[in-house]
Order: sequence, then C-alpha cells, then structure tokens
Amino acid sequence: MSILTEAQAKSILDKVIALSTADQTSAQLSGGVTGNVRFARNDISTSGIVDNSELGVQVSFGKRVGTATINQFDDASLERVVRRAESLAKLAPENPEFMPIVGKQTYRPTETYSEATAALTAEARAKIAEASILPCRKQKLIAAGFLEDGSTFFAHANSNGNFGYQRSTVADYTCTVRTEDGRGSGWVASNVKDIAKFDPAADVQIAMRKVAASAEAKALEPGKYTVILEPAAASGLISFMLNFFDARSADEGRSFLSKQGGGNKLGEQIMDPRVNMYTDPWDPTVPVLPWDGEGLPRERVKIIDQGKLANLQYSRFWANKQGKPETADWGNTIMEGGTKSTAELIAGTERGILVTRTWYIRMVDPQTVLLTGLTRDGTFYIENGQLQYPIKNFRFNESPVIMLNNIEELGRSVRVEDGSLMVPPMKVRDFTFTSLSDAV
Amino acid sequence: MDRRDFLALSTLFTGAALSPSFFGKAIAAEQLQDTIDVAVKKRLADAAMSAATGAGASYCDVRVGRYLRQFVITRERNVQNIVNTESTGVGVRVIADGSWGFAATNEMTEDAVAAAARQATAIAKANARIQTAPVQLAPTPGVGEVSWRTPIKKNAMEVPIEDKVNLLMSVNDAALGAGASFVNSLLFLVNEQKYFASTDGSYIDQDVHRIWAPITVTAVDKTTGKFRSREGLSAPMGLGWEYMDGRAEDKFVLSNGLTTYGNSYDMKEDAIAAAQDAQAKLKAPSVKPGKYDLVLDPNHLGLTIHESVGHPLELDRVLGYEANYAGTSFATIDKRDAKFKYGSEIVNLFADKTQVGSLGAVGYDDEGVKTKRWDLVKDGTLVDYQAIRDQAHILGKSESDGCCYADSWSSVQFQRMANVSLAPGKTKMSTADMIAGVDNGIYIAGRGSFSIDQQRYNAQFGGTVFYEIKGGKLGPMIEDVAYQMRTPEFWGACSAICDESDYRMFGSFFDGKGQPSQVSAVSHGSSTTRFDGINVINTARSLG
Repeated sequence: MSILTEAQAKSILDKVIALSTADQTSAQLSGGVTGNVRFARNDISTSGIVDNSELGVQVSFGKRVGTATINQFDDASLERVVRRAESLAKLAPENPEFMPIVGKQTYRPTETYSEATAALTAEARAKIAEASILPCRKQKLIAAGFLEDGSTFFAHANSNGNFGYQRSTVADYTCTVRTEDGRGSGWVASNVKDIAKFDPAADVQIAMRKVAASAEAKALEPGKYTVILEPAAASGLISFMLNFFDARSADEGRSFLSKQGGGNKLGEQIMDPRVNMYTDPWDPTVPVLPWDGEGLPRERVKIIDQGKLANLQYSRFWANKQGKPETADWGNTIMEGGTKSTAELIAGTERGILVTRTWYIRMVDPQTVLLTGLTRDGTFYIENGQLQYPIKNFRFNESPVIMLNNIEELGRSVRVEDGSLMVPPMKVRDFTFTSLSDAV
Repeated sequence: MDRRDFLALSTLFTGAALSPSFFGKAIAAEQLQDTIDVAVKKRLADAAMSAATGAGASYCDVRVGRYLRQFVITRERNVQNIVNTESTGVGVRVIADGSWGFAATNEMTEDAVAAAARQATAIAKANARIQTAPVQLAPTPGVGEVSWRTPIKKNAMEVPIEDKVNLLMSVNDAALGAGASFVNSLLFLVNEQKYFASTDGSYIDQDVHRIWAPITVTAVDKTTGKFRSREGLSAPMGLGWEYMDGRAEDKFVLSNGLTTYGNSYDMKEDAIAAAQDAQAKLKAPSVKPGKYDLVLDPNHLGLTIHESVGHPLELDRVLGYEANYAGTSFATIDKRDAKFKYGSEIVNLFADKTQVGSLGAVGYDDEGVKTKRWDLVKDGTLVDYQAIRDQAHILGKSESDGCCYADSWSSVQFQRMANVSLAPGKTKMSTADMIAGVDNGIYIAGRGSFSIDQQRYNAQFGGTVFYEIKGGKLGPMIEDVAYQMRTPEFWGACSAICDESDYRMFGSFFDGKGQPSQVSAVSHGSSTTRFDGINVINTARSLG
C-alpha cells in the first residue's frame, strides 16, 4: 500500500480509535518504500526494494497497558489488532509509572519531504553506483559503497482527539575507495533529504583524493596530540555522548551529568564556553518530525549554552515527578560552529593531526563517558599549516566531555550521520591516542 | 556488534516507545505457538519462483518468514512493558543476466509475491548493465520437502506471562535486598519460523528458538558521586525455557565464590552476586597499567574470539565486499596459502553451525545449504574461511560452508559468521590449575567494552569483573581494566587452555554487518584460557 495520504491514514486511525473499548487508546501508522544498491570490488553486489507498512496500537485499562501492531488494513484486521492490544493490557500488571495519553496538540509542519527522492527508480540507483564505480575502474582503484533511499509517511492519533500526519524522505550514500594493493583508503558520505542535492560523481572524487594522499602512511608515537576532527570524525563521539542526557539517570546518580552529593548538573559549566548545542525540528538543514513518540510537539530547546548544561531530556513520568514541564524528546541536535572550513583550520595549525573519520566507538566508562575507537580512511600529520604526510591509524581513549573542554577552534557546522545532527570541524588540544593500528 | 540495535532495544526500556519497524507487530501471547500452514508457504513460494523464471531469472529463492519475539521488561519493582511481536512477509531473491536482485513484501498473497519476484528480476537486469563478473553459485542439491527444529525441551513462548513476571520480580527483589541501588532485568525470547524454497528443488521449513535473560545491577555512592554497574553472567543461547533451570552441574565456581554458568542459568543467584559485586566495584582499587598474564573466562573470551577470529575470517570481508562498512581483513588469502601462524600451536579454532545450544545452530542456512562444522585455524595455522554459495569458487571450493543468513523476510541474505569457537585443551586442566601457574596476572569474567579496527588487527576489551592474580592465587577485585592487543600476537601468546569439562558458550543477539545493516545471533565456545604478557591500560579519568 506504500504511501498513504493524510485522509487515508486518518480514516484507518479513526476506525481503530472507534473500535477500542479501553480507557485510553493511541495508534501509530507508518510505512513506505525503501530501495538500495550496494557495490564492492567495482561491481554491484546487492540491490533491492522493500515495501512495508505497520499499525501500532497501545491501549490502557487503568494503569495496565498493552501494545499490538499489524500490517494488514481490512476492517477485520483492524478489529483484531485492537482486541490483541486489549488482551495484552489485561495480562499486564499495573505500572506505577503509567502516564495517561497526551491531549490534543498543535503541530507546525517541518520540511522533511522531497518529491525527487520519492521518485527514485532502480535504474537511477544503478546509475549512482555506476557514477561511483567507473572513475575508480579507470584509475585502477577499488570502489565499495552503498546508497539507500526511503520515502515514508508517519501518522498518529489518540482517543483524546490528537492527530498528526507527515511524509519524509532521505537518501544516504557512503563510498570507500581503496588502492589495489590495499595500502590506501579514502571515504566519503552524503546524507540528503532531496536527491537533487546529491552528486555522486563529485563525492567519489573526494574519496579518490583521500585514497591518493593516504598511501605510504608513517607511524607516529601514540600520545596526546592537537587534532583537527572533520565533522564526520567528531560526530561519532558527540552523537554517542548525546545518548546520555537523560534527566532521570542524572538525578539517580548514574550519569556523567549527576552531581556529587545528589541532583544533576543543570546550569553548571561542563564544557568550553564556545560550545553551544540546541535542538530545533524546523532547522532547514536537519528537519525532523514535529512530534515525538508520545505525540508531544517538538520545540527549539537549548542543550548546551556557552558550555553550561541548559537542559536534560525528561520522560513524561520523570518530568511530572520532578515538577518539570512535559517536553518532547529531542529529534535532532545542532552544534553551532564558526565560519572556517576544515582547510582553513588546517592552515592555522602549527603542528597537529587531521582525523577524517572515526570508527568502532564504544563506551569504556559511563562515569566519564570515556570512549574508545579508531581513526580510519585517511589520517594525516599537519605542520606549518599544511598536510605533510599520511600517518598510520590510531586507537583513541577519550571522553567527548573532556574533548569539548579542550577546544582550540570551531569551524562551520554541517549535516552529518543520519541527517539529525549538525557538527562543525574542530581543533582540539590533548586528544589521547593510546596505540597504533596497522589497519588501512 | 551493532550499537544502533542496542539503542533500539533500549527504547523498550522506557515502556513507552513503539518500534514496530525493528520489533515487528505485537500479537497476543496465545498466538505465539501458531505456525503458518506449510502448504500455504509452498504455494506462495511456487508463485514467486514461477513469476521470476517467467520474467527471465535463471535462479530464484523465496523466504517466507514469521519472526516472533517476546520481551518482559522490568526495573526495580515495576514491570515496564510486556511486548509480543510478529513480523511476517516474503523476500524474493533472483539472479537475472548474471546479477542479483531482491524485493520483499508484507502482502501474503500469490499476486503480491509474484509482483515482488518480477520487481527483483527487473532490479537484477538494471544492475547487469554495469556488471563485469556474473554471479557464480556453488552447486547445492535440492533436498525436497524437509523440516528442522531447534532441539528445545520447553518452548519459552508457551510459559505463562505470570511465571515470567514473577521470576523477574524475585530476581529484582533479590538484587535490591543485596545492596543494589537499581536493577534492570529482561527476558528476550525469539522464534524464527523460516520457510526457504529455491529453483534448485528445496522446500525447507525451520523452527528456530533462542533465549536471553540479561540483568544490569547498579550501585551508586552519592557522597562520592561514583556509580558502577555489574552485568549478569548469563549468555543468550539457542535453548528453550530449560535454560532458566539453574542446574548445579552447569555452575562453574571459582575459589573466591564467583559463579559463572554453562547450559543453564540461576538468574536469582547471579542477581545477588551482581549486587554485591557492584558495591565492591565502588571501592575496588584501580589497576596499575602494565603487562599481565590474563586468565579469560569463556563468557569473556567469546567476544574476543568473535572480533579477532570470527570477523577477520569471513570471506566477504577478506574479499572487500564489506570495505565500505564493517571493513576488510588482515587475514588475506595469500596468508592462508603461506600457512600464516594465527596463534600458538595449541590454538584450534573451528566454525560450526550445528552445535546444540548455540545461537547459530540451524539445519540449513538461508540459501538452502545443509550446515556443518569445519576448521578455520588448525594447530595455530590459518587453514580456511567462512564462505557462501556465490563465494565458494573464489577459494576453489566445490560447496558453500552453509553460513548464509538474513535477519528478516525483508532483508537479503548474505554471508554471516558461524559459531566460531576455540577447541578445549587436550590435557586435563581446571581453572584452579591454570590460576595456580600464574605469578602476575588478572582474571577477567564477562563481557565489557569492545572495539577493533576495520582490518581486525588492533583491539581493546574490557570485562565485567576483574581479579588480581598474585603468586598463583586469586586476589582482590580490581577496576578500570582494559587490555589492548594485536590479533596474531595475542593468539600467539595463548599458553594454556582448560580441558573440555570447562567448555562453555558466550553469545550475542546483535552481531552487526552489511548495508542495510543486519543483526545476527551467534555463539562462541571455549574453555578458560591463558594469554601471557598482554598490555593492560587503566581507564579511569576525571571530569574535574
């Protein structure tokens, strides 16, 4: 059934709400079509298309909650899914943390949809693979990459009369180019809402330039270095840290944002004063749905204000318990930056290391958000404002909190990862590399 | 493993979020015992294969899947959510003009699957235009109509919800009574009902079961601002509810009382130990960095085997098919040809898709190949890889190894890690015997932080609990331990392996690979093993 219109989606959701005998009912309906093409060794390796839609129904009797979903939409199936949710709710014990559903809300739409992306065909995907592979074949380089595009609709409704509908598209492209002898590797990534803003031929040139520059890497001693992290490299650490801004964990004393003696660090200086982060569903570069999973409208909210902790994420239960207003989950994060490009940051660096990508980042110690991971696909030594030579990859053990206290300079923020984060390139002192890796 | 899947799972812990796209549709408990009629599945498969070959496909396989999961999610004295999920649909894979194409639909009608088959064929033809090397499949005999089921004793899906809730509440009570500040516990049950059919003449119906019972116990000292968590020491397994029996013969007890588990798990006993350990971790001294002899418990070593042996010996990584995501491998084919020393002479590593109780055990893989056991490293020497039908010819093999898997009807199947395990030592040795021979070492049990580079050379691992070993004796608990290693040197430093009586399996539900990213459940068996002179770092930091 692919993409439903607002009227079609509302008709199904209205039926579901009317069928329920529970005290409260909420329902989510989403679906769409995703297509992909994957290539490696300069040939297409897999390619496919998936069409799926699902309806989720959550009901409550008092403080007992049940959830069921289904992917058939005839009247009998709609009745079945409601009765299933009701029977699960009756099996569940009372949840003391139960929260009633939200009331009727008003959402200001965000610009998350592109017709051009929704119209992408198998032939167009094959051409994107071709545009990536052919220049590599010509230069005896090896391309491996992936494009996935999706067109999705999201709708939700509840028995308090709340309703929302919006469509969304995304295309995500990555490409790794390696030398035939495996001694050089370069990478590029693009994540766009509108496929018209994506140019695989130009992108693959970035990866090809990096592979040419990355071969014959020299080994430097592990230790503390001034680094310039490209946005793709910095985002790995920053997005990881953003998973740990939960207010309840902080209040319970089990978060890096917990305060010694009890409570949390709201209002405290936790990073360099040049660090500013906020969430804004209407941001034109990284727009996200205007509601969260509970149906609360998303708003622009400061997260880090001049290095001070400005807000934490409160679940509805915890917000009520702590006497805080109910606010939606953050759908995106924008870290503000300056005006310089990565190249301009390099030009102003006497000695340092350029990291173009970070990889396999994992938590080592949640007390300090100490993370470990590696550099990958292009790491370079900088001297006198110039890239001097490629260096072997390092393992790092570093906390993004310490990293954001050690900022020397921030560049211009760009869209990274899955399209819900903006991060600037950044120059950071005393970044901790603990060992060398032979991997290319 | 894939962090995003852990994050997706964590949304369930809030008790609020619906995530149907990952977890499938939820259904009532009593329906978890149903299966789709085999005759219906065969009709759908035949409709797809007929449409594909009619559209010009030279090969077609069809997977009709019904994937069931059940979660019971708790924290402290609250049940946060009970979720039953189901995802049903059909995935059709074809070869046309020498290229692969794939399409999947949740519409369970002959017309819809035939349309998906034609779409897959059209995709394959669109890709063939720039293809230089046609797909070459190793021959696999059609097996006709067969079936296979995980040899479980008690279907966990059939156990009443009330029993599961009571178990987890008693576990949480025990942890809180033993000094826990917080406790999260979870039951995560999986049943994959998979029907595979191909134009080779196979119609294979399989019923696969898995179980996992993780706990996390946290202790907080608000005066110092310090917090520490201790995970449970269970492993996800390819077993039924009998895994929760906690039988005495499946317990492995160290001289200091630390208990680890084999083919069954005493969740309440472990919860009490976890609470005591979490409190002890708050006060345990920080490790002094340096070189140590490590004694690694099987439920820790499994993850090290996974990352440093399982992944680098996947042929798709070796060849470059994963270059853009999971990475390539240092263990290139020329190294196998040159008899590369992967480890010391006592190191024997094998792949096995048949081990009873393992997560990867199936009768046939997701392209209809009968499963088997085979050697990867023999007497320390690299001898083989893990390959599927379209790769076997590259190694000069005449058959697939049978390790192809898709995590859903809507995902395309590809080469996944088999259960890769370290063979036990051939001479009699207990963990106590092993520790008695260590002068300056650290004993590590349970999984912790893990990270490895994209060619699987440089890795860093933490653990759940750490004990000093001095003069052949287990000493006090220590903290902030992580070891760094380079794969061939690490396995080269393997100096002793306990015997078969100590053999146990580690497991993971979340081995991540591929684009779009897919997860796979896999086990790794070993006995307690010693590695000499490994570099240990201290991971304590201060935020000021």
